[in-house]
Amino acid sequence: MGGKDKLERFEQAILPHLNAAFNLARWLTRNEHDAQDMVQEASLRAFKFFDGFHGVDGRAWLLTTVRNTCYTWLEQNRCSRVTTSFDEEIHTVEEDALNPSALALKTSDMEMLKESLEELPDEFREVIVLRDLEELSYKQIAEVINAPLGTVMSRLARARARLKGILCSRLKEKP
Amino acid sequence: MDCTNAQTLLDGYLDGELDPVRNLEIEEHLHGCTRCSLSYSDRQVIRGGLKTESLYFKAPADLQKRIQRSVRQAAKAEAPTRWLSWSWLRVAAPLAAAALVVLMLVPFFGGPSSDELLTQDVVASHIRSLMVNHLADVRSTDEHTVKPWFNGKLDFSPPVSDLAKQGFPLIGGRLDYLNNRPVAALVYQRDKHVINVFVWPPNRTRQTSESITKQQGYNVIRWTRSGMNFWTVSDLERSQLEKFVELLNASKVSSTG
Repeated sequence: MGGKDKLERFEQAILPHLNAAFNLARWLTRNEHDAQDMVQEASLRAFKFFDGFHGVDGRAWLLTTVRNTCYTWLEQNRCSRVTTSFDEEIHTVEEDALNPSALALKTSDMEMLKESLEELPDEFREVIVLRDLEELSYKQIAEVINAPLGTVMSRLARARARLKGILCSRLKEKP
Repeated sequence: MDCTNAQTLLDGYLDGELDPVRNLEIEEHLHGCTRCSLSYSDRQVIRGGLKTESLYFKAPADLQKRIQRSVRQAAKAEAPTRWLSWSWLRVAAPLAAAALVVLMLVPFFGGPSSDELLTQDVVASHIRSLMVNHLADVRSTDEHTVKPWFNGKLDFSPPVSDLAKQGFPLIGGRLDYLNNRPVAALVYQRDKHVINVFVWPPNRTRQTSESITKQQGYNVIRWTRSGMNFWTVSDLERSQLEKFVELLNASKVSSTG
């Protein structure tokens, strides 16, 4: 494939999704500066391997690269990070303990929602970001996180239950 | 459906990822179960909160520019190997091999003459250039852009002239492979018809007179001028193509640069 055609195709298929890439990187690294580095590195990597891209979904493809880049970075920086532990096994129905709630969120609670989401383990946070912020389908999420469809559904359920738990306890603490 | 089942499927329901039958079952259950429907409305509230713009981080404007720049640099670094790239060799090498075999067999079998074979090659090249979206490596109507583009890619400098004023605009040029050597292909257009002109210096300086043939519905005209072989091929009707050749020969060709 020619260099120029490749560049042109890349710019058309991949570059329109930089916002999505940055949003995911920002939520995974939890800071602006590192997120920028991640997206830059991932974009170059995506370009290098662009000949392997035969699909139509440039966004999912770029997000996969961004995610992998971020996880490499996270592993190197793991010790300095504070999150609640990631446990696939927690059963969803446990959230019953938090019921009944009929939660109400005001605009002023958005900062709290952001902090609660940041507190989630990466594996939970990313599925919520991909689904609720990026609005990917389960199938697309499965592609990005390289997991079966069933895992996507159950992980999303656990992630939301956990998020709700963190949020509820924070709301209770609030004066 | 019981509460345990409903709880596992609530998220799929919220996301519209369940099949219609399950959807109905959940809806029925939510109608009758306060606990599950509270749990469902909690999910809706949280999702509603997450969808606020303040939680979506957009890429800073300068990041986009920076990435575009560095990707372009990376593309440039890849570019010089382009015309010798594997994809090009993949096409050229078997063709060259096939041509060689055929040429070697010709004297034994009294098959087509080398001129006939070359005509076939020229027509095949023309058809291929239209088929695989590879009409021009350098796309320009400016002869001063097209001509220098061949520098360093060929061991000769093909004469290039634009005939837009005469109704045959230059579209661009590309490298092609004919007669067992790389040749210059110049692309012109007449209305919707594409004209390919192949140019290369002959092995022996042998002046050939103009000759016209027709193959597979394409008109092919060949001639030599100022020490170059010219072959032109198009689906254009014969009189028009002849006019084109006449104009090409008459044009003040910038063959010396």
